[in-house]
Amino acid sequence: MSGNTSIKPLIVKESGSPLAERMKLTLNYDELTNCMRCGFCQPSCPTFKETGLEAASPRGRIALMKAVVDGVMEPDDSFSRQMDLCLGCRACEPVCPADVKYGQLLEQTRDAIEDHAEHSWWVKGLRSLTFRHMFPHQKRMRLLGSGLRLYQRSGAAKLVRSAGVMKLFPETMRQMERILPEASGDGVVDRLGTFYPAKGTAVAKVGLFRGCIMDVLFTETNVNTAKLLAEAGFDVVIPDTQNCCGALHAHSGELDQARDLARRNIRAFREAGVDYIISNAGGCGALLVEYHHLLHEDPVMAEEARWFAERVKDITQVILERGHVPALTERLREGRPSGDQTETVITYQDSCHLRNVMKAGNAPRNLMSRIPGVRFRELQGADRCCGSAGIYNLVQPEMSMQVLDHKMEHVKETEAQYLLTSNPGCLLQMKLGIEREGLAGRMEAVHLVDFLYERMKPQPVGETEAALPGPGSTSAGQTAPRSEK
Amino acid sequence: MLDDNIRRELRGIVGEAHFKDDMEARVTHSYDATPMLQTLPDGVVYPGSKEEVAAVLKLANANRIPIVGRGAGSNLCGGTVPLEGGLVMVMNRMNRLLEIDTDNLTATFQPGLNTKEFHLAVERLGLFYPPDPSSMVISTLGGNIMECAGGLRGLKYGTTKDYVIGLEFVLPNGDIVRTGGKLYKDVAGYDLTKLLVGSEGTLAIITEATVKLLPAPTHKKTMLAMYRDIEAAARTVSSIVGSRIIPATLEFIDNPTLRVVEEFNKIGLPLDMEAVLLIEQDGFDEASIDADIEAIRRICLEENAAEVKLAGSAEEAEGLMKARRSALSTLARISPTTILEDATVPRSKIAEMVQEINRIALKYGVHICTFGHAGDGNLHPTCTTDARNPEEIHRVEQAFEEIFEAAIRLGGTITGEHGVGSVKSPFLEWKVGAEGIAIMKAVKQAFDPNNIMNPGKIFAKESRKRVVLQR
Repeated sequence: MSGNTSIKPLIVKESGSPLAERMKLTLNYDELTNCMRCGFCQPSCPTFKETGLEAASPRGRIALMKAVVDGVMEPDDSFSRQMDLCLGCRACEPVCPADVKYGQLLEQTRDAIEDHAEHSWWVKGLRSLTFRHMFPHQKRMRLLGSGLRLYQRSGAAKLVRSAGVMKLFPETMRQMERILPEASGDGVVDRLGTFYPAKGTAVAKVGLFRGCIMDVLFTETNVNTAKLLAEAGFDVVIPDTQNCCGALHAHSGELDQARDLARRNIRAFREAGVDYIISNAGGCGALLVEYHHLLHEDPVMAEEARWFAERVKDITQVILERGHVPALTERLREGRPSGDQTETVITYQDSCHLRNVMKAGNAPRNLMSRIPGVRFRELQGADRCCGSAGIYNLVQPEMSMQVLDHKMEHVKETEAQYLLTSNPGCLLQMKLGIEREGLAGRMEAVHLVDFLYERMKPQPVGETEAALPGPGSTSAGQTAPRSEK
Repeated sequence: MLDDNIRRELRGIVGEAHFKDDMEARVTHSYDATPMLQTLPDGVVYPGSKEEVAAVLKLANANRIPIVGRGAGSNLCGGTVPLEGGLVMVMNRMNRLLEIDTDNLTATFQPGLNTKEFHLAVERLGLFYPPDPSSMVISTLGGNIMECAGGLRGLKYGTTKDYVIGLEFVLPNGDIVRTGGKLYKDVAGYDLTKLLVGSEGTLAIITEATVKLLPAPTHKKTMLAMYRDIEAAARTVSSIVGSRIIPATLEFIDNPTLRVVEEFNKIGLPLDMEAVLLIEQDGFDEASIDADIEAIRRICLEENAAEVKLAGSAEEAEGLMKARRSALSTLARISPTTILEDATVPRSKIAEMVQEINRIALKYGVHICTFGHAGDGNLHPTCTTDARNPEEIHRVEQAFEEIFEAAIRLGGTITGEHGVGSVKSPFLEWKVGAEGIAIMKAVKQAFDPNNIMNPGKIFAKESRKRVVLQR
């Protein structure tokens, strides 16, 4: 028998690669030890479901991390690949009986890997462009929005497509280009100013977190979020000094940058003196709500970060907890002729981070069930990641599309006309799924806020109902059903 | 152990993608759910058919390579830890439900099928497969059979061994054997089917199994009896069974366990009680279930239950059952290492056993919570500790040694449902005697002369009287 197979997991070996040494310093050994390997996480893990491989499950990944820290194995390429393959959806956390903070372990591991990583040229380029030079800079994001808008409006997009330029890019990128909503150079502050007052007496003052991508590609959703909040009785402040939340950085192992962004955001909202900080994107909200964890070692900001994190809520949560929902729905009923419309079937894809980290899986469903004229049909496996996961669908296209295609099988079963989501990444991914499945004529993906606002906004007398195009009127959007007309 | 030729042959048998020997695969198959036990295999093989299983076994047998069959790796006795290296054979590619025969009330499946999925498939047809191990959301049926899994319904319905009626398995020499079939009665020769159930992968690899099914009970009632006195709770168990009522479920949860379970599940369990009994009765006739439940309620009160609460709805009942099922894992929140043991006594001795456990825990200064299948006398004294503290772990070992001694003294056994594996192997001789060990070893020799099938399990290398936690 081979004599050297026995692992002495409690003895930490001294020698190891720089990455292994770094991981020994970075990873929380208590959390690694807390994993009791019961395996209860496995049924909830999308990559385990797709591959059937222990290594592609949370239990397996933690075992790998621990093996590196214990000096049992060197963190080789396949180790890094396995960590990259994780969607970071954190569906394993709510089902973990031992309450292991898998997301933190993954972040710490990726942060260590990032310091020692050698990416392919295009991933490196993409990371540098997005993380360092785009997301942290609101003005550049605006400029990107204007540029993109010009491209989309000028006919250049058509030209590019017909000229076959897109053929140079990977298939997923080509599909992505087709479903990208119409960008905007004007963000929510340009549209509404930094203050948007409540209708009637204000119940609270909320700060709107506008996001970076959200504010370029989904400005309309941000505008609708502010208006919906005002309708529900909130004074809305939109501090212009806020910036990207840092989620994409944190999830990709750029923790230092994420911390910088967090500090700037905390200051912006602290100065605004708000009661709540409202997010309309699950991915952002989940990091905002964990700012205190991100900055727990920062002596200056730790306390402020806790103040911030305690006040973060998803828009659906704050409306349910403090808003005037009945008033809204009543107004809706008044403003809308009843009985002459066919029922619209809607379904909902959870934002993993909204559900698993912000613990707001019920709030969106609760609100949806209050919309008149709408039948909500639960999507089987809605709690399972759609495969978007930040920039996962760009850097791991194969697994992402595999996850998406399985998702779409269940989406089809719902026969819904509207597929609602609560996060820009999920929304784009769902648009992509609809495109891939050829469902464009029958179904449209829309942000929940836009759907809610369209259905709840006060109707000016005499005006016929506005159709419900999604935030971006894509080719999919224009041919979507208008059952309420 | 695996030279280049063997690697090449293995790849030839199962295909390039289904044999792995990189560190990633080896590390992630070096453990199961047993605490503090981890050993690297030399490779991992994922067969897709019985022919592939046979070819791999033949190759391994010729080259004396250990083979550890593995389902989901949710073992608690070290059963799927590759103690002597070799190959871990993962069965999750062979996971098809082959047939549910509604005329004969049987089901046939491959070993990698997930237990919960199987339950759902059976229930959709109004049928019932009673064995319900707490790990069933992840565990496989093949693993359940190899370990003879129990669960919460053992008292009334029995365990896995009472349902398996046919098997197809592969011997180390590559022979494929079929036993039993869709037959409830079959006495043709030795009962190899039952011999394989609970054999912990030490005899053969199962490639197909047939189990019997029951019609699903149409009605169910669940209740919770709460006690300020642990012994009163334990006495109630024998009183209920003594009154000739066999509940479907009769579970015991002590106070430390209650507290943790409540913290995780938030279903309003009473934190001021010393122990609770979770009792469920099912059947086809609502009136007779009501009568049973009423009789049980009376017995509980006679035995000094502080309160008896009937679940008002199916959701409430499911919440209670779910809370019980999560007991093991929620205890993991107390401290980093959780050691769940499996001492079993005749149910009339439950009160005595619980007392003994508490006395022993106090004696060694270790923290032990107790819950379990009281109706079966199958208790799970569970120690919450920290693997990084060798001194405390040593006391834990001593405490468990004494707990097992007590169980055997009370007419019990060292394991009711987890299996012997490597953790309990030092105690087996206490339970079955030297003669028992001798005949078991002879059986093993007949199946597996080269001792390649899950070596190091069931039989201890030398006779020791100690739970092996620290190696």
